[in-house]
Amino acid sequence: MKKIVIFAVYPLIVNYTTDIMRRRDFLKKSAGAGFAAGAALSLGGYGKLWAVTPTPAKYDMVAIMGGEPDAMFDLGIQELGGMSNFIAKGQKVLVKPNIGWDVIPELAANTNPALVKRVIEHCFRAGAKEVYVFDHTIDNWVNTYKNSGIERAAKAGGAKVVPANTENYYQQIEIPAGIKLKSAKVHELLLETDVFINVPILKDHNSTRMTCCLKNTMGLVWDRGFWHSNDLLQCIADYALYEKKPALNVIDCYNVMVKHGPQGVSKEDVVQMRSQILTTDWVAGDSAAARMLGVEPERIDYIPIAHKKGLGNMNLETLEIKRIKM
Amino acid sequence: MTSSSLRKIRIVFSALVLVCFLIVFTDFRYLIPAKYINYLIYLQFVPSVIKFYDLRTIAAGGFIIVLILTLLTGRTYCSFLCPLGIGQDLFSRIGGRFRKKFRRFGFKKPHTIIRYSLLVITLVVTLIWGIYLLTLLDPYSIFGRFTTYFAKPVVILINNFLGGILSKFDNYTLHHVPVRGFQLLIYSIPVAFFVLVGTLSFMKGRLYCNMICPVGTLLGLISKISLLRIKFDENTCTRCGRCAIVCKSSCIDFLNYNVDLSRCVECFNCINSCPDKAISYGIVSLKTKEHKTDESKRKLIAGTILALFGLSHGSRSQEQNVPLPTKLSTVKEEKTFPVCPPGAGTIENFNKNCTACSLCITACPNNVLQPAFKQYGLTGIMQPVMDYHKSFCTYNCTACTEICPTNALKPLVLEAKKLTQIGKAVFIKDNCIVKTEKTACGACSESCPTKAVYMIPYEGNLVIPETNQDICIGCGHCEFACPTTPYKAIFVDGNPVHAAAQKPVIEEADMEAPEEFPF
Repeated sequence: MKKIVIFAVYPLIVNYTTDIMRRRDFLKKSAGAGFAAGAALSLGGYGKLWAVTPTPAKYDMVAIMGGEPDAMFDLGIQELGGMSNFIAKGQKVLVKPNIGWDVIPELAANTNPALVKRVIEHCFRAGAKEVYVFDHTIDNWVNTYKNSGIERAAKAGGAKVVPANTENYYQQIEIPAGIKLKSAKVHELLLETDVFINVPILKDHNSTRMTCCLKNTMGLVWDRGFWHSNDLLQCIADYALYEKKPALNVIDCYNVMVKHGPQGVSKEDVVQMRSQILTTDWVAGDSAAARMLGVEPERIDYIPIAHKKGLGNMNLETLEIKRIKM
Repeated sequence: MTSSSLRKIRIVFSALVLVCFLIVFTDFRYLIPAKYINYLIYLQFVPSVIKFYDLRTIAAGGFIIVLILTLLTGRTYCSFLCPLGIGQDLFSRIGGRFRKKFRRFGFKKPHTIIRYSLLVITLVVTLIWGIYLLTLLDPYSIFGRFTTYFAKPVVILINNFLGGILSKFDNYTLHHVPVRGFQLLIYSIPVAFFVLVGTLSFMKGRLYCNMICPVGTLLGLISKISLLRIKFDENTCTRCGRCAIVCKSSCIDFLNYNVDLSRCVECFNCINSCPDKAISYGIVSLKTKEHKTDESKRKLIAGTILALFGLSHGSRSQEQNVPLPTKLSTVKEEKTFPVCPPGAGTIENFNKNCTACSLCITACPNNVLQPAFKQYGLTGIMQPVMDYHKSFCTYNCTACTEICPTNALKPLVLEAKKLTQIGKAVFIKDNCIVKTEKTACGACSESCPTKAVYMIPYEGNLVIPETNQDICIGCGHCEFACPTTPYKAIFVDGNPVHAAAQKPVIEEADMEAPEEFPF
């Protein structure tokens, strides 16, 4: 009898799951339409929180040197007026570190776990209702979450560490102004959260020369292969056009992989710079990060492209930068 | 302990064993440590024999314990330890619900010719040509394939269904797991066996074990002289025949007070069915000992022994004929050889020792191990092969080498695995995005854990991959990451004999930490 039941249920489960998916897609799409309409009405309210108008902070960028990752963040965020400048009470927050590679924290292929934890703690202190952490990893995601130390650190900070390993966590978005990248599938939590905080680690990159703020968005999307086969540098800049931009970028320059990036081979690839850059402008962040690596920002094609599109300001001389040495 | 409690013990014990096996083979979250898996499969007969033949240490001698156990207690292995046998009992029980109890089993003559022929043929083929008939018939491997290809997807679908509901409530504890696609050609064998074993057990109890299974037949030969056995008390027996009706092996000839010990799997159903307590399980007494001789069986046994000794000589001279993947004829893409999992040593050795139980396939956290179709030749069907279009081999992982029950994959410590070259990356510049599209890519080099694939200056600001095969370990991450279609611009050609890769080049960084902000 049991066997018959199992055989009868099998197709049912298959049908039901696909059915759920379809309904779910439909709900998401209608929700998306509603969100667009709502956003149009409430743009004034959101503008204060996001990068559309400058935050009440006195600086465009804060750069700190000489401390531990968490202590440098404490100082940096204070200079920017505290996390409550970016998060309103009861909001849902996405903290997006780089968790690409199945390596230990010392190899600096992933964002420093202590920094991730501290960012999350500040989010909760500012009244965040929920904080989510994920990355579309390149190596096996379970091992990567674990061995990077970020899963444990983020959970200790109170965040929800969320899978991003299969396509059904991703939703279609459009980037009409994109030149090569006109649409993409992004993680549902990028859409469902109110605030996006980008926490990349600065690294050398074999092909794009550098990976930092803008390139960290490749962990938000499902189909990275499309980017690679359709002018990677243009796609990186194109994605930056998408409306859901980071409220804050926290660049981890504590241990910096200066060669063999983005994965690295050994500790010899890493230079300890003990620095951190906080900025609301991710193009400026990438520009400053490039200089930390000793590369001219103009040489990293997607930075000038994004600058020309008006997505940020790569000319650091024109920015208000607070430099702190601890 | 009375004889009547034996059945309960058997049911509880075997249920436990079956559940453990099901958990191990459907463990899609890789929670069970290799250590425990090895405990569980230690006593599996065929894998243990192969491992022992390969290693020649007592540590791999689970089958010796089984042989001694059989000598002492009869075919308890078939009822207590064989997952396929226990699974059949389950089917048979379900089958019993649909059929009238009194028409169920009853004494039947053994299929002597079929079973002994199959045993001899399996032995001969295995010794002379290779392992593939054993691969087909080994009960443990059959069970492994059933659970990996049929049960695991169902478990994953249920997980995904529940996970989908939970994620709506903002709970991500059950994450979505991709389900392995159904490949009709490769799965045709497990499907055929599922139908065969399923039907036979559903209708006829342990007929598969007593007609086809070579392990069952072999242990049956030994259990004939076992110390403990089912026996009749002729004085109290009323010849009611209840015992014969409940006997899954159809081996009780109650009219002659005779139990065919070669087929009895010690399920103890008969003991509980007997209203007069005339059947019991105990030490053989001289009175009931058989003296009948069976000429045909004797000849077959003699033939088997001859085959064992005579043909193992022949097998040595035939070793060159062991099927190796031939050049291009059956192999897709430009690969000269398929990529064989780490720990295999050589493809040839691997093909000889693997029974395609698929335990490594189910244990691989990256799903890079896939059942082969024609990569190793038709005889290597269902043996695991690295499929770099589906996934890649995780640098920090030795899962498959840790659990192989036949030692076809030998254990590798992580440091050794990181230097085991199972193949070499080959770059096809004419397929590469950087050349054809004149845009940046570098997906292959980015994912290379040893930097055997690195970028060198190309036209303008562009960089293009180049390979250093000396430090390549053949993990296939480059091939997997390469975005070109339908053919990849970089692929891994398998090493027929696994080699030692050189250590990755390590140099101090030529850059110092800035003293001041460089902006």
